[in-house]
Amino acid sequence: MSRLLLSCATLLAAPAWAGEIWVTNELDDTISVIDTGTLEVVRTIETGERPRGITFAHDGSVVYICASDSDAVQVMDPETGEILHDLPSGEDPEQFALAPDGRHLWIANEDDAISTVVDVESRRVVAQIDVGIEPEGMAVSPDGKVAITTSETTNMAHWIDTATHETFANTLVDTRPRHAEFTEDGGRLWVSSEIGGTVTVFDTATQGELAKIRFEIAGVHPDKIQPVGFEFTADHGTVFVALGPANHVAVVNATTYEVEDYILVGRRVWHMAFDANGEKLFTTNGVSGDVTVIDVASREALQSIKVGRFPWGAALRPGT
Amino acid sequence: MRRPARAAALLWAVLAASSPLGAEEMPVPIAYLRQQVERPPVLSDLDPIPEDEGIAGARLGRDDNATTGRFLGHDYVLSVAEVPPGEDLLPAAREALAGSRLLLVDAPAAALLRLADLPEAQGALILNVGAPDDGLRGADCRANVLHALPSLAMRADALAQFLQLRRWTSVALLEGPFPDDRAWGAALRASTAKFGLTLEDDRPWDFDGDLGRTAQAEVPMLTQDLTDHDVLLVADETGDFGRYVLFNTWEPRPVAGSEGITPVAWSPVLENWGASQLQSRFGDLAGRPMRPKDYAAWAAVRSLGEAVTRTGSADPQAIRAYLLSPDFALDGFKGRALSFRDWDGQLRQPIPVVSPRAMIGMAPFEPFLHQSDELDTLGTDRPESACTAFGAAG
Repeated sequence: MSRLLLSCATLLAAPAWAGEIWVTNELDDTISVIDTGTLEVVRTIETGERPRGITFAHDGSVVYICASDSDAVQVMDPETGEILHDLPSGEDPEQFALAPDGRHLWIANEDDAISTVVDVESRRVVAQIDVGIEPEGMAVSPDGKVAITTSETTNMAHWIDTATHETFANTLVDTRPRHAEFTEDGGRLWVSSEIGGTVTVFDTATQGELAKIRFEIAGVHPDKIQPVGFEFTADHGTVFVALGPANHVAVVNATTYEVEDYILVGRRVWHMAFDANGEKLFTTNGVSGDVTVIDVASREALQSIKVGRFPWGAALRPGT
Repeated sequence: MRRPARAAALLWAVLAASSPLGAEEMPVPIAYLRQQVERPPVLSDLDPIPEDEGIAGARLGRDDNATTGRFLGHDYVLSVAEVPPGEDLLPAAREALAGSRLLLVDAPAAALLRLADLPEAQGALILNVGAPDDGLRGADCRANVLHALPSLAMRADALAQFLQLRRWTSVALLEGPFPDDRAWGAALRASTAKFGLTLEDDRPWDFDGDLGRTAQAEVPMLTQDLTDHDVLLVADETGDFGRYVLFNTWEPRPVAGSEGITPVAWSPVLENWGASQLQSRFGDLAGRPMRPKDYAAWAAVRSLGEAVTRTGSADPQAIRAYLLSPDFALDGFKGRALSFRDWDGQLRQPIPVVSPRAMIGMAPFEPFLHQSDELDTLGTDRPESACTAFGAAG
C-alpha cells in the first residue's frame, strides 16, 4: 500500500519537477533538496559527518559528497537518498572536482596536505600528490589535462599534469586561496583568495597572472570582503563571486574583469549553483542557515529559503 | 596507497624547476630565545604550563612556512636557545644574533628592552612573543621590536566591549598581589573607563588560606560586602585564586578577566574561520592544545614567512618594511587578516572572548566603530600612542 502511494506521488510530482539544487548542511550532516520551480525544500537527506563539497555524476546517476569528518567521499543514489558506498578519499576531504571523463574524482584533503585522485568505477586511489598546507580548491581543465589544487596556508595554486600526476608549476596567490575554476575554453584559470580579498585570473598556457580583481562595498570594511565560491553564467560572460562575511555576491564581467554589481544575500555566503536554465542562482549562506535565490537577469535577490545549519556546498541535479 | 617517498621526490624536482633562484636555496634562519622565569607557587596543580609553550608554536610556524618555502627555494631554519631563571639573557642573545637577524623573544619586558638596545641588535628584527606589557608598545617601544602577542590593553578592551554589548555595565574588581596580576588589573581599570563601564568596587585579593579546601566556605563571605555589580572581574594572571571564585560568589554573578569569561589571543575552543585546521596541525605536532603564547609565536614566524615569500628577501630591514606596509596580510584563523600597526609595531588582531568550553564572541564587536579599522578599537590607537620610535606615527 505504502509503495503504491509512493509511486503515485512520484508520478504526480514528476511532470512538475523543474530541477533540484542540493545543498550540504555542514553542521547538520544533511542535504536539503530545493525544488527550483517552487523554491521549497522538498527533501532532507542524511549524510556522513560534516558534508561540504557536493557534485553529481555527469549523467546524474549518483551524487558524490565530501563527508569531511567521516574521512570519506560518499556515493549516494539521488532517487532514494541511500548511500551506495564510500570512496577512499584520504583524510578530511573538503572539496573535489570530477574530471571531464566522469571517472576521476580529484579530492583536496584539507588536513593532510595532499590531493587524492580516485577512480570512481574501480573505487581505487589512483594517485596521491603532495601539495601545500590545507589544500582546498580543486579544478580540472575542460580538456582533462591539468588539475589545480589551491592550498590555503601555503598560498599557492599547484598545477598538476593529470597524465603523470606531477606538479609542473606552483604559482603564488593572495592569502588563503579557496576556489578555482577554469573558463569554458580552458584558456584561463580563476582563483579566489579569501583573506587576500581578491580573485586572480591566470593564463593557463603560461601560468602568468592576467588580472587581479578587487572588491569594494560601501559601508563594509575591506577585511570582511572574503571571496570564496564563484560560478560562471551559462554564456560565460559573467561570474558571480560569493564574498563570505561581506554578505554580498559580486557580479564580475568575465571579459573586462570589472565588478558590475553587488547583491545583498544572507550571512557568510559560501558557494552557489545555477538552476537548469541558468535563470536563478542559489547561494548557501552559512551563518544565517539559508539559501538566497537570485534572479540572474535582473541581478536581484528574490527570496530566502531556510535550510539546515551551516549550508556550505550547492549543486544542480542534472535533469532527467 | 600513499607513496610519500615518490611524491617527495617529485616535489623536489618541481622545486628545482620552478625556483626563481634556480637550484640555489635561500636560507632563512630564525632564532627563538627564551628567558625562563620563576613562577610564584599557585594553589592548584591542575594546569601545569607546558615546557615547550611558545616554542611549539614557532615550530609549527616554521613547518607551515616550509611548505611555501620548498616551492620557492626558501629554507627556514629555527634554532632555540633558553636561559635559566635568574641568569643573564644577553650573552645568549648576542650568540643568537650572530647566527640570525630574525629573533623571536619570550622574556620579561625589562630583559627584552636590554636585548633590543644591544649594539648587536641594531638592524635586526625582534618579535616579542612573551611580554604583554603596554609600556613596550608605548613610551618604551623600540623600532627593532614588533609584538606578536596582544597587549594587555587589547585583551582588556575586548572584554570591556563584550560587557558593554551585553549591557553588564557595572563591575567590581579583585586584583591579585603579583606584578602580572596588577598589570592586568590596571589594564582592566583603563578599559572600564574607555568603554563607559562603572567600576563599583576595586580591592586587592589578600586572603592567604588554601582555597582548594575552603573555597565554598570562604569565597562567599569574602565577596559578600562588595558593592553591587553585574560582573566580578578577577585579575589573577598568575592562575592562583581565580578558579575558586567562580560560582562561589555571594551574589550570583558571572566572573570575567582571568577566569570565566576571558579575552585571549587564542584558545582551544576556537573552530571557525579554519581554526580547527590550525588546532589539529598544532595538536599533531605538540601533543597538546595550542596556548596564547604558542599562537603568538606561530603568528610571528608565519609573518616572517609571509614577508620572505612576498619580497623574496631574508633581509631584516626588507622584512620589517613589508610587515609594516599595507600590503602585509596574515591569515590568522580569526576571521580577519592580521597586520602590524605602523605606529607601535603591534600585531593587529581580533581577540576571542571565550569560556572554557566555547567561544562567546570575537572582538571587535559590531557596534564599536572606527574611522579606519575596527581592529584598532582594541588597544592603544594611533592618536593616543606614546611610541615615537616608529617615525611615521604621530
